[in-house]
Amino acid sequence: MSRSRPYIRPVEKLWWARPPYLAYTLREATGVAVLGYALVLLAGVVSLANGERAYNVWLDFLKSPWSLSLHVLFLIGMIAHTWTWFRILPKTMPRLVIGRRVLPQIRVTAAGVAVAAASFIFIVLVAVWTQP
Amino acid sequence: MPSDRAAGAAAREIVIEVLRYRSETDLKPLPQAFRVPFTDDMSVLQALQYIKDYLDGSLSFRWSCRMAICGSCGMMIDAQPKLACMTFVRDYYPGPLTVEPLAHFPIERDLVVTVGGFVKKIESIYPYLIPKTQRSLDEGEYLQTPLQLARYETFSDCINCMLCYAACPQFGENPDFIGPGAMALLQRYNGDSRDGAQAMRMGLVHTDNGAWSCTAVGNCSEVCPKQVDPANAVNQNKTKSALDFFLRFLGRPLYLEHTASDGDKP
Amino acid sequence: MKRSIAPVFWLPFGAGGMLAALIGPALVLLTGLAAPTGIGLTNNFMSFARAMAFAQHPLGKLILFGVILLFIWHGAERIYLTLRDMHAGARFLLMWICYGTAGVLSLITMGALASIGF
Repeated sequence: MSRSRPYIRPVEKLWWARPPYLAYTLREATGVAVLGYALVLLAGVVSLANGERAYNVWLDFLKSPWSLSLHVLFLIGMIAHTWTWFRILPKTMPRLVIGRRVLPQIRVTAAGVAVAAASFIFIVLVAVWTQP
Repeated sequence: MPSDRAAGAAAREIVIEVLRYRSETDLKPLPQAFRVPFTDDMSVLQALQYIKDYLDGSLSFRWSCRMAICGSCGMMIDAQPKLACMTFVRDYYPGPLTVEPLAHFPIERDLVVTVGGFVKKIESIYPYLIPKTQRSLDEGEYLQTPLQLARYETFSDCINCMLCYAACPQFGENPDFIGPGAMALLQRYNGDSRDGAQAMRMGLVHTDNGAWSCTAVGNCSEVCPKQVDPANAVNQNKTKSALDFFLRFLGRPLYLEHTASDGDKP
Repeated sequence: MKRSIAPVFWLPFGAGGMLAALIGPALVLLTGLAAPTGIGLTNNFMSFARAMAFAQHPLGKLILFGVILLFIWHGAERIYLTLRDMHAGARFLLMWICYGTAGVLSLITMGALASIGF
């Protein structure tokens, strides 16, 4: 009988860039939009702490084409984040049982997206109603 | 049968490239091509059996039930983890079709991978019911309602085929990760109302090689032939583990899924 | 058996992710597109006076604190795990870079909010 000499195949270093894992990597990349937007807010808070002139520099930056393009990317990233977030959320919960049936995970996703949509509308309305 | 008539008329052929490795003669695995005639009802497993019967008797591969319940014939078919017995050659025509051993496992020989590590993981999670309180025979069975069964039932469907391990990139990076299959079995017991050993099993979950090696890629559940949803087993235990990390000092641990009275109802 | 410290970073990641999922798109639209362009909102929606009033109010300060910190820690965890997937460096090094940066940014945020006062 021959002696066993198992062969260990090396892991492909670029697995995260190829299907089916590319979708996962793109999902994780939405975190960059979340962080990026937080950095813009942080810059705003820091400039606010430094007085009116500094703050107006930040406001002028927001009006620039660079910032507007950046925020379009942030918006796409945030929406992608919201969608993929509620797709993965039911995996982090035990199977919910309603009455006698196990709730399909897609219903949790649908409920989450619905709440997010309602929240979006609510915040926009509040902003429009409280504007000067 | 219609397929027999078609076969009689003009049998189609497909080239199947199988990754070969024999440790006594080979330094590393190399593909070998076979020309295999096939009918529309043939599975990849049957194609491999044709190769072994007529073309090269030295080809080694695991199989048993040929009906997707034993979990033996898991392999990479065109780089996707699949059961060979429920994957059909007709879907890969004109080919060539590549067949390789299950990813992320050491190759023992040809399409046979080393499964000892996986077996140890299964054994390590206390894969048996440990009741909260022992009942005597006079007290009757440990009862369970259909609702209580529904909470863990999918996790009991696992056939240990290890396709989820081949699909999991984090297991590929870290072979010590307990992995989706073992976590599904763990949750099968932790989620069972008759069981009382959640604390013991959670000890494994809390470690870096437990739930925390997982980054919620989700591919494990995608490839599972039995819809076990191991991603759910791992990720719901992340939630439990995280809550336990911060709240373990507050009395009754949050990961105890059932009260003492669950399952003891007559 | 040795516990992982991952929960320390995973819970803020989860909280930040949930918050971003619920209010992120609206915030980006309003503060990044509507207010600066004046389309949909008046041009002085985020004027210095209004911004100061918001940041000085305890509730406003809490909102700014919560949003900025949770978004930062959510992003830091995701970026850490992705860099780890990409083999960008040793795990220890990546943790210090990602969580360390998040920590520094958190301190800056808290400092700025504190100095704005009430």
